[in-house]
Amino acid sequence: MANLYQLSSTSLDALFAALLDDGRRILAPTDRDGHSELNPVQTPADVARDCLQTTLSAKGAVFPKVEQLLGYSLAPGQVQLADPERRAEPTVLFGIRPCEAAGFQALDAVFNWGTRDAFFNARMASLAVIGMSCTRSDEACFCTSVGGGPGATRGSDILLTPTAGGYLAEVLSDRGRAIQALAPELFSPAPADADQAVLLAQVPVAFDQPALTAQLPALFDSPLWEEQALRCVGCGACAFVCPTCVCFDIQEEGDKQGGRRLRTWDACGFSQFTLHASGHNPRPTQAARWRQRVYHKFSIYPDRYGQLGCVGCGKCTRACPVDMNLREHLLQASQAQAQAQAQAQR
Amino acid sequence: MSDMSDMNETNIYLPHLMRIAAITDEAPGVRTFRLEFVDPAAADAFSFHTGQFGLYSAFGEGESTFCIASSPTRKGFIECTFREVGRVTAGLADKEVGDILGFRGPYGNTFPIEDWKGRNLLFITGGIALPPLRSVICNCLDLREQFGDITIVYGARTVNDLVYKAELQAWQERPDVNLVLTVDPGGEAPGWTGKVGFVPPVVEQLAPSPDNTIALVCGPPIMIKLTMPILAKLGFAPSSIFTTLENRMKCGLGKCGRCNTGKSYVCKDGPVYTLEQLGRLPAEY
Amino acid sequence: MDVNEKAKQLLEAGTVQAVAGFQTGTRGVRRPVFIRRAEDTGRLVFDPGCRHNLAQYATRTPVKRLGRLALTLRPSGIRALLQLMAERQIQEPDVLALAVDPDGQVTELATAEAMEAHLALTADPVPADDQALLDRLDRMTRAERWGFWQNELSRCIKCYACRSSCPMCYCGQCTMDCNRPQWVPPPSHGLGNLEYHMVRAMHLAGRCVRCGDCGRACPVGIPIHLLTFHTEAAVQAQFGQRAGASAKLDYALSTFRPDDQETFIR
Repeated sequence: MANLYQLSSTSLDALFAALLDDGRRILAPTDRDGHSELNPVQTPADVARDCLQTTLSAKGAVFPKVEQLLGYSLAPGQVQLADPERRAEPTVLFGIRPCEAAGFQALDAVFNWGTRDAFFNARMASLAVIGMSCTRSDEACFCTSVGGGPGATRGSDILLTPTAGGYLAEVLSDRGRAIQALAPELFSPAPADADQAVLLAQVPVAFDQPALTAQLPALFDSPLWEEQALRCVGCGACAFVCPTCVCFDIQEEGDKQGGRRLRTWDACGFSQFTLHASGHNPRPTQAARWRQRVYHKFSIYPDRYGQLGCVGCGKCTRACPVDMNLREHLLQASQAQAQAQAQAQR
Repeated sequence: MSDMSDMNETNIYLPHLMRIAAITDEAPGVRTFRLEFVDPAAADAFSFHTGQFGLYSAFGEGESTFCIASSPTRKGFIECTFREVGRVTAGLADKEVGDILGFRGPYGNTFPIEDWKGRNLLFITGGIALPPLRSVICNCLDLREQFGDITIVYGARTVNDLVYKAELQAWQERPDVNLVLTVDPGGEAPGWTGKVGFVPPVVEQLAPSPDNTIALVCGPPIMIKLTMPILAKLGFAPSSIFTTLENRMKCGLGKCGRCNTGKSYVCKDGPVYTLEQLGRLPAEY
Repeated sequence: MDVNEKAKQLLEAGTVQAVAGFQTGTRGVRRPVFIRRAEDTGRLVFDPGCRHNLAQYATRTPVKRLGRLALTLRPSGIRALLQLMAERQIQEPDVLALAVDPDGQVTELATAEAMEAHLALTADPVPADDQALLDRLDRMTRAERWGFWQNELSRCIKCYACRSSCPMCYCGQCTMDCNRPQWVPPPSHGLGNLEYHMVRAMHLAGRCVRCGDCGRACPVGIPIHLLTFHTEAAVQAQFGQRAGASAKLDYALSTFRPDDQETFIR
């Protein structure tokens, strides 16, 4: 393959140095008491060795948990608005998984639907992604059921695959080529018989997603959702760790002199997400809110944006206090119609 | 992907600054603001279509979503009507003439009045649901010759709760508008010459003809629930009944996810829906 | 009798309509399950991996609608039921506590009295690693402890998994949800995080039953349970009261007794 190279493990040090010299910060998974999160690193030695996935997703690099949208100062009869400077520190995300890298496209679909979100775009414009293929997976993963895979390239500018002595490197975009150009000597052509596929984790397809998406409209009133949501405690952990969840709140903070308007992460699982000031709540039960999560990702996104709102990373399952396993729930949903028909026939 | 990102893209969350030019107390807890753009260039550049809404800022409290209650045919100002019901509306209710608010908009879709030329228009509304329809009514009255009969059925709990009392007077006096006012039983005041009864039975009694008629229905959920079957019985097709929805909103731009109902985003695909379109949405609004 | 047999017996007899217990989930983790049919009781497990305080479901509408609920509980879960009774959130007839001993044998506790008696006989020390961290915190200076929590709470994302997992956080409208006035800033910046956790710790002082669910629920690994463990220990030391000891507790921080030790009130 023309864009397939190899890098030795030791040359990562030089690559990191070249990136830092180029004025970029590097965010990579680091270990902390058994949790892995994306943090600034200086050398490959800082990067978590054996991290399947970070708990929080990479979306925080382009959609932070708190972001100032505007500021204002107040005087009698006067308001002065302040348009915040666009934050765009050149950043390289190193070592994020193909599933997470695929999430950026879903974020872009929302942030640039109709109107363009300047804050997101400024950060995306300054971002490059060096992804890391997966050589193992766990029971929460289901990337292959949603059009992804352990070696999928969507969203990565360079994709590394661990191999003996180093990595295979696919250089996938202009941004990837620009990184390569910082230290071209580190990238030697991959051997002709290099086979990326055998190095990757086996992730069997768990459910028929196109069939599920087609069935969802008919399942809206199914008792399935109440059953699945019985143990859901209504927190926002799933939405907040998700690479594609983008729902947000806008909050105002200030006093008589002035203040600021902040955007923060929000979640459809919270009971007051759709609560009207009148007290009316269109989604008054956890079952309705759980159903919304599934439908938003698997029915509404394909309809609106031509892509799924889920990358199969499994972070939600791992973060959930009560193990709401999305893959398991979706498999059950995809079987629900057939089961109901079988029931009716008995 | 957005490769053509410009580092200096416009901030879509930045509101226009508006000065309160006039305040009208419509009913207990309900007021109307007439707002003028602080920046004359913004005023010149601004236009909207009837049915659209905006997000109004009370700086220090937050933003609230209201329809634009004035007609697009009137330039130089916009109006909004709101009831004090929460933190932001309480902040708005505190404001005085000359104070500065924020406004983002116009957002949402519109009532397709250009498709209604030559048709009769039937407005059915109650209480504080008149504001969104008031924009349409005023728009159509400014283009009166384009439409057939115009009938307005409007009710409130009590005489005091009727909003836009000045407009109601003006519409009452027009020979080319049939205004039917009603108050709930027990809500009449001495000298009340309108009807007494809930809006749905008043509509049933009126028995408007569906021929060549567009119906616009906007009201509290119970009023809508009881009025729709009556219109169906009278022969109105779901595609000729229009309503406007309200849902909890924050961004108004289709991004924050809050107003998503079924496959629809009320801020983008709405707030104007035909009954036929509403029928395709789950009852989550 | 083990949990499976007991659950089967209870459901077959109609003594309860649902059994809240545990089943094995993803990657071997144990998770809550609500068994309604006797034939499904085989799914139930109860082992050291079963840590959730299932009592939190006793106040949730979708679960209450199932009918009378039996719950497989650790001592902290039984304490939670008693505390919920003391706070008038559940009634004795609505729940049946199933205490499971280390051998997996089940004791039915149908009354508050039985639950109190059982707890009096059951040792339930704070887990060793939690105690080690509590001791470490106690040895810190105030400034060090402040630094510790500032650092931990900076990672908080305000997902409210802690609040949602807590049996004592049953308020339909939480202080955090109130915006008139906005007591605590919702965003998860420094102040927003700190104020939320401080308010929650105070609201739980004397009410926390020390199940540790909040800390386990935190997706980013903040040992937030230690804050409420500590306030509960402080209330015990100052008022001589332990949360969940009885269904007849009057809340220490809102009850005046003439023999209270504070002198300023005399």
